[in-house]
Amino acid sequence: MSILTQESSQQSFLSAFLTAGCDSVAHALRKSFLAAIWFVFLTFPIMVIRVNTIENTVVWRWENMAYIAISIFFGSYIWRWLLARKEIKKDESKEETRFEGLLTQVQTKPVLKYAALGVIALIAIAFPQVVDLYQTNIMVSCLVYVVLGLGLNIVVGLAGLLDLGYVAFYAVGAYAYALCNMHWGLGFWYALPLGAVLGTLLGVLLGFPVLRLRGDYLAIVTLGFGEIIRLVLENWGEVTMGPSGISRIDRPEFFNMKMSIVDSTTYMYYIMIGLVIFTIFFVNRLQNSRIGRAWLALREDEIACQAMGIDKMKTKLLAFALGATWAGMAGVVFAAKTSFINPASFTFWESAIILSIVVIGGMGSIRGVIAGAIILVLLPEYLRDFAEFRMLLFGAIMVLVMVFRPQGLISAKRKIYKYEASNTASAGNE
Amino acid sequence: MEYFLELLLGGLTRGSIYALIALGYTMVYGIIELINFAHGEIYMIGAFTGLIVAGLLTMLGFPGASILAIALVCAIVWAAAYGYTIEKIAYKPLRGAPRLSPLISAIGMSIFLQNYVMLSQTSDFLPFPELIPEFEFLKANNSIMSSSELVIVIVTILSCVGLSLFIKFTKLGKAMRATAQNRTMAMLVGINVDMVISATFIIGSSLAAVGGVLIASHVGQINYYIGFIAGIKAFTAAVLGGIGSIPGAMLGALVLGLTEAFATGYVSSDYEDVFAFCLLVLILIFRPAGIMGKEKTQKV
Repeated sequence: MSILTQESSQQSFLSAFLTAGCDSVAHALRKSFLAAIWFVFLTFPIMVIRVNTIENTVVWRWENMAYIAISIFFGSYIWRWLLARKEIKKDESKEETRFEGLLTQVQTKPVLKYAALGVIALIAIAFPQVVDLYQTNIMVSCLVYVVLGLGLNIVVGLAGLLDLGYVAFYAVGAYAYALCNMHWGLGFWYALPLGAVLGTLLGVLLGFPVLRLRGDYLAIVTLGFGEIIRLVLENWGEVTMGPSGISRIDRPEFFNMKMSIVDSTTYMYYIMIGLVIFTIFFVNRLQNSRIGRAWLALREDEIACQAMGIDKMKTKLLAFALGATWAGMAGVVFAAKTSFINPASFTFWESAIILSIVVIGGMGSIRGVIAGAIILVLLPEYLRDFAEFRMLLFGAIMVLVMVFRPQGLISAKRKIYKYEASNTASAGNE
Repeated sequence: MEYFLELLLGGLTRGSIYALIALGYTMVYGIIELINFAHGEIYMIGAFTGLIVAGLLTMLGFPGASILAIALVCAIVWAAAYGYTIEKIAYKPLRGAPRLSPLISAIGMSIFLQNYVMLSQTSDFLPFPELIPEFEFLKANNSIMSSSELVIVIVTILSCVGLSLFIKFTKLGKAMRATAQNRTMAMLVGINVDMVISATFIIGSSLAAVGGVLIASHVGQINYYIGFIAGIKAFTAAVLGGIGSIPGAMLGALVLGLTEAFATGYVSSDYEDVFAFCLLVLILIFRPAGIMGKEKTQKV
């Protein structure tokens, strides 16, 4: 009996998959076939032909045509099926996925929660002792991205302000440390708060005029601002050393002790772990505070928000400045970690990577952003062979996530305050 | 004086190209209120298609003028096809979603297209053949205007006039204006809104492709990254003139092109892009609706 139902459910799934969004199997087949032909036409000049105008030679890459045809033919089935599924699930979109359910269960039960935290802490502490220098280094850069992602999450995820020039604040932090270290020998621990303060200041300075703009204008202005900062760093050679950058930046010191590279990387790793924990704690507290709720409200509806007496400008500015603070700190850490910086590290692509971490991970969700950073930074490191496809995939995933799963990998969960009527009523009676 | 004239002509050429791209931005924004970030990439794909076709035809030994014509037509066809497909994939499923969603999707699309061209063609600069022939009468008068500059300015003026007439008098143009004013109402009176949106993307992409091929042949080299900066600047031009307004986009592009040309000529060429961005920031702060735009109050 159970085998029978399983079989029939499998069959119905298959038929639903094959005919999603179409009248019949034949209709679906025709649609996919047409899509394949259309994309073969579309990609023909760019993917098949490669001309060399100097030597007057042409390379024909017909095999690409076949790849496109096959992948679009099958891809279009998946596309239609996902679209149909999205349509069905529209009403229950608030429902948690199985994985998210598991996470909430872990978080709500104290025993499981502390066990999970213990395991994570143990792994985090033991990590640099177990693996080699290279792995630790990768992990440190991953943690830098976690901090950057959480910082941008305040701006984009919580307050709903699309900031495409986030990397500007990151660059300012990095250059602040590099320049101060070069000229006055300023240490890492003094530079960290300095980077944070400079980030905040710049955030307020930039935010003040531009935050009056509507969402999409804001995106462009911040993008322009990011480019301005990069161009200034590149061209103002007397101060910033131009495109060749600044090298031999001091690594952080532990009470004036000289450390080997392995030790100092390990030390860097623990500093980053500390910074990440501090950030998570801070953002988590912020999210559930008065100001955090004001951000969420502002994101949902500005006019209603103003009617409720929230100072729109002040609230937005705070989000912008706080996001910039974390970027400034991450910049200092970045400069200390690589001990060499140049303007090429602060292009629009960097902003795009951080944004995709937030978007793919889940806007407004701390767990999501951490997961996003780990996936998007670690995966390309270990899949070196596919390194050149990294940005291609990021772009494609950003589109797909927006179309099919706008809330990201792990969606944000709003804290719900439950009012238990029966308890309070009985309490009042007694 | 000669230097001034040179800068003026350079600014005019620049402005013309920005205008061709900015028209696509402004039309799309007027109808679906979306900054089509991938529009700069369409321009780049147009230039690449033009290069590939022109390279093939040169090898086959076609005469000069026909190469330009065929390359232009192919660039327009493919760029329009890309514009149409992008709208169907990345924007159409997101109608009615929160404003941020299509914007992020557009950024993703732009990143995807850049890397797609980089991976399937090359990341180096490619030399672009000089498709526009040298005119005899310009040479004879020892003029400082090159023939490609002349062609670019004339083509831009023709396209702008043509587009304005098209929007004003044809049935599709009227449908576009109606959709821009009120999409729901347009649907109610029987306008096929999906078709109108597709047409907008196709027209905008074609204009961008024309700009792409012409400027690439003027500058002489292209790479996969040209669409990014050109796209931002064209958007700046569109905002400068008041986004959503077609004459505004042309005016804004002209102002931007001239500003850039004179600023690089008289101040410093290192900060070429900085001037454009500063202009954008200033305009948005002091006159967010642009030169020709109307201030809109936000409705509940």
